[in-house]
Amino acid sequence: MIRFVFGRLISVILTIWFVATLSFFLIRLAPGNPFANELRGATPEVTEAKKREYHLDLPLREQYWIWLRGVVTGDLGPSMKYRGKTVNEIIRQTFPTSIALGSVAMVFAVVLGMMTGVIAALKKNTPIDYGLMAVAVFGISLPSFILATLGIVVLVFWARLFPLAGWETYSNVLLPGLALSLPFAAKISRLTRVGMIEILGEDFIRTAHAKGLSERQIVIKHALRGAMLPVVSYLGPAFALILTGSLVIEKIFFIPGLGTIFVQAATNRDYNVVLGTVVVFSSLLCFFNFVVDLSYTFLDPRVKPVSGR
Amino acid sequence: MLLDVKNLKTHFPTQTGLVRAVNGIDLQVREGAAVGIVGESGSGKSVLSMTMMGLVPSPPAIISADQVQFEGKDLLKATASEMRQIRGNRLAMIFQDPMTSLNPFLTIGDQLSEPLLIHKNLTSSQAKKRVIELLASVGIPDPVARYRSYPHEFSGGMRQRAMVAMAVACGPALLIADEPTTALDVTIQAQILELMQSIRQNEGTAVILITHDMGVAAGFCDEIYVMYAGRVVERGPTERLFAEPTHPYTKALLSSVPRLDDPPGGRFRTIPGQPPDLTNLPVGCAFSPRCPYVIDTCRKEVPPLTTVPGESVAREKACFVEIRGKEAGQ
Repeated sequence: MIRFVFGRLISVILTIWFVATLSFFLIRLAPGNPFANELRGATPEVTEAKKREYHLDLPLREQYWIWLRGVVTGDLGPSMKYRGKTVNEIIRQTFPTSIALGSVAMVFAVVLGMMTGVIAALKKNTPIDYGLMAVAVFGISLPSFILATLGIVVLVFWARLFPLAGWETYSNVLLPGLALSLPFAAKISRLTRVGMIEILGEDFIRTAHAKGLSERQIVIKHALRGAMLPVVSYLGPAFALILTGSLVIEKIFFIPGLGTIFVQAATNRDYNVVLGTVVVFSSLLCFFNFVVDLSYTFLDPRVKPVSGR
Repeated sequence: MLLDVKNLKTHFPTQTGLVRAVNGIDLQVREGAAVGIVGESGSGKSVLSMTMMGLVPSPPAIISADQVQFEGKDLLKATASEMRQIRGNRLAMIFQDPMTSLNPFLTIGDQLSEPLLIHKNLTSSQAKKRVIELLASVGIPDPVARYRSYPHEFSGGMRQRAMVAMAVACGPALLIADEPTTALDVTIQAQILELMQSIRQNEGTAVILITHDMGVAAGFCDEIYVMYAGRVVERGPTERLFAEPTHPYTKALLSSVPRLDDPPGGRFRTIPGQPPDLTNLPVGCAFSPRCPYVIDTCRKEVPPLTTVPGESVAREKACFVEIRGKEAGQ
């Protein structure tokens, strides 16, 4: 177990390093630079001074080393656009918002998806099943920004159930969370249904019936765990997709999260903010995939962790 | 009488017609008896046992009977929750494949505790103590450690022992064993049968043993029912039935068992023809198309199960022809 964790940790660090390095060079390949607007028409001396301030006058390799040394020590550098602010500060201010939104969406997706999936499986080939799965197909096919706009029209303007936008009250998180979660709820619902139907056909379910257990006990204790395996392995990628999806949702609902910052930084060529966000996002994803792998060994006793995977 | 089944039918509507898997069965089991049900694949043995356990979902299946009396209660009239209280408690079952019949996600101890927790209202520590006793009593070494094992850490024979322990946990009056040894190798088979025999003797549990293996049935059962196409074609005490079968199907089954004194390299004796199509049974006796003794009546009427004349023991057969002392075709 310890060897497994240690092995995975090394591969996680290598992955993050690779992603960070690739991003570092790619963002510098993009046309323009952080000061293209700000310093339009300035004298070459002013431009040079500005570049020197952020080490942009140095050869690329040295810039990279300076930046990487910073990252390793936990310093993501200064923002090139927001005067006097470091990337660490920006992330500290906005990241909790994105995490809150993502977590709410994740919880919605898992709860909604698993509940409907189990119901559909238990009511297999009935109108209830067909109805739920038809809704699920819609959920999977429609991108979250369409659902979000629909949600705003119906729930905000017509039903007046939710506030339009912003990030002041708890009810602010519900609609964007729901809009963000629906495609994932739909996918999880279908995975749960298939997993559940497969497990319910197993011999050991017949044994459980023969013991005199009730349907409810059988579903909860004997079936759900096995049916969850495909769902759990989907949670890693789902989390990645929820994070990228939240970039769009944050924009629609004017939520001051890391996604909004990231999009702005990318258009402004605020190199350090973009790279800092990339490092944070990719670390989070690696961590989450790692947790999913680890949880497998707890869910299915037949899975033994193998190091160096 | 512990179990008294009269005219039980289990039919399944399908695209191609009504499958008459169990087609009017009478079955009696006394307290502590060992009854064998033999017949080839598709003769309805398993559906019969699953029906008695209330494990055949209906609908879609169409189940009917004059009665399925068990400990004075008609199982077909019992509600779902009454059935749950009987299942695993008074009436228990072991299945063919121990590799797939245990839940791979739960420990052996957890699974064996369940019947005790739901039927006997034991606390979890009492249940644990009892499960460890049960594991020891079915011959699983180091039961305290094995309590925490998962099924995949058990061998096939050990899993079937655990299944037996689980089935008898609540001290059932009747244990239905559906091909309990088919998936096991021969030495393990003998151990499992021995284990069931000792439970029967010590606890007074009646056993219905469902098997296609005539040898296993002969070694274990006092009485044998021979099934063909969803009906009982012959029943009688094991010894007499094997010594002198009165139904052509029983005779054919017995003579298809390979013998040690068969000449080497010879062909296995088989029953000519095909097992019947359960959606489209012949008008008369279902065995008539394959029967070497067939007479005209057989193709017109279904022979009823009647007492065999000239026997000192109670025997019944469903055949119009007297075949004792006769060779086929005479």
